[in-house]
Amino acid sequence: MSVTRDRPVISRVLHQELMDLLARDKRMDGRALHEFRKIEVETGMLKKAEGSALVSVGGTKVLVGIKVDLGSPFPDTPNQGVLTVNAELLPLASPTFEAGPPDERSIALARYVDRSIRESKAIDLEALALQPGKIVQVLYIDVYVLDYNGNMTDTAVLAAVKALENTNLKKYTLEGDTPTFNGELAPLALKDYPVSTTFGIIGEKFFLDPDLEEEHAAEGFMSYTYTQGGNLCAVMKNEQGYLTPSQILDMLDVGWEKAQEIGRSMNWRKD
Amino acid sequence: MTEEKTKLIDEEGLRTDGRKPDELRPIRIELGYLKHADGSALYEQGKCKILVAVFGPSEVHPKHIELPDRAILKVRYHMAPFSVDERKSPAPSRREMELSMVVRNALEPIVMTELFPRTVIEIFIEILQADGGTRVAGLTAAALALADAGIPLRGLVAGCAVGKADGTMVLDLNDIEDKEGDADMPIAYIPTMNKVSLLQMDGLLTRDEFRQGISMAINGSMRIYALQAAALKSKYSQPENQEKEETQ
Repeated sequence: MSVTRDRPVISRVLHQELMDLLARDKRMDGRALHEFRKIEVETGMLKKAEGSALVSVGGTKVLVGIKVDLGSPFPDTPNQGVLTVNAELLPLASPTFEAGPPDERSIALARYVDRSIRESKAIDLEALALQPGKIVQVLYIDVYVLDYNGNMTDTAVLAAVKALENTNLKKYTLEGDTPTFNGELAPLALKDYPVSTTFGIIGEKFFLDPDLEEEHAAEGFMSYTYTQGGNLCAVMKNEQGYLTPSQILDMLDVGWEKAQEIGRSMNWRKD
Repeated sequence: MTEEKTKLIDEEGLRTDGRKPDELRPIRIELGYLKHADGSALYEQGKCKILVAVFGPSEVHPKHIELPDRAILKVRYHMAPFSVDERKSPAPSRREMELSMVVRNALEPIVMTELFPRTVIEIFIEILQADGGTRVAGLTAAALALADAGIPLRGLVAGCAVGKADGTMVLDLNDIEDKEGDADMPIAYIPTMNKVSLLQMDGLLTRDEFRQGISMAINGSMRIYALQAAALKSKYSQPENQEKEETQ
């Protein structure tokens, strides 16, 4: 069951101010319409996790920890390892987040991160099958939103990919039917580096990487995740707003420009 | 995967169910299928069978979630345990929670909620038989049930999925195209406003395929919208003589 949520009262005041600024292609924090906030990345800070990354985009902070277990494959994909994404919107990240079982927002976030990684084929899941049909490695990606100041989608996708890039897997040798850890670690080889770009929409205007105030005022959001080859691997419209088909296509092109910039700044592409 | 992939497009360019790439499945609409609900619709699109009931506007429980300036919408997208090949647990899954949210978000723009402050409009979408594209079919049916309930709407929303099967962009995916195809992109469109109110995509598409998909899905939604409008007209527009009798 999904129920209409109330929006912060301040949003109606902000909405007008943002509308006036956007009409002149300006934003409250002085950014250009299609400009990201500052991105900072730190990796490998968690020693008990097989991979980790803390990414901040402006004031939004997302921590991702990767844990790896042995388990059984899904019956319909016996030759593939298992990828599981979970997202926690922690109560310490925002007064609007509550402790308890994942609500629809955290489920939507987790499923978007999952789609971005799975559909980009960034992880070779078949390489995670130790004994096809019986024993596979299970990769848990846990997304922890630590500080919510807008655009947790892009921050979470970036943190997840950075954490995967930083992941070391245990190497196993088969002794009879039992895989045994042979004491060595090997980095998880990524085949792609998906990048998500999210736009806020107010009326005819759309702007990249909305901050918290812009999110409160925005009517809707569009997220696009690109592979390094420029294909789309996940798209999602969020919240109640709606948009024209031509807006959707305009954002598609701006998003790809930005995804390439981010890819370059992460050393994922050389051009 | 070692298994041979099923052929989704044959030599003549036709799909597993004989459709052309831009052809919709047959659609059947029955309004007012349920007696007790304020509005309802039974909707079939190919093998998809979906029942939607609308209740309200009515009092909100619990009281604290009501809004002073508008009605709230409650949407439940739910798949019956027998709607899929392997029995689905009736407990709501993560997927169903996400879909309830995206369907609610797609319906909010068309409902004139500001006319009914401090009330709730409940929309229950039951997937009785699933065969690809259930979220958008459920949404299409929900718009019909809202209209059937007499709730003032700004327009109708119609949904349709596009995807990629064997390298070809195809409209209105069936189950096998959804599962074995390369991409699935459900879209909902409000023709009277030229607005998209639901858009999701998973799979891999080039940017050109995405552009093509958007225009195919909007075209498909327009055709579904025409069927929605026709169904509502045939139920609610009275023949002239009957109208006269009632006014006498």
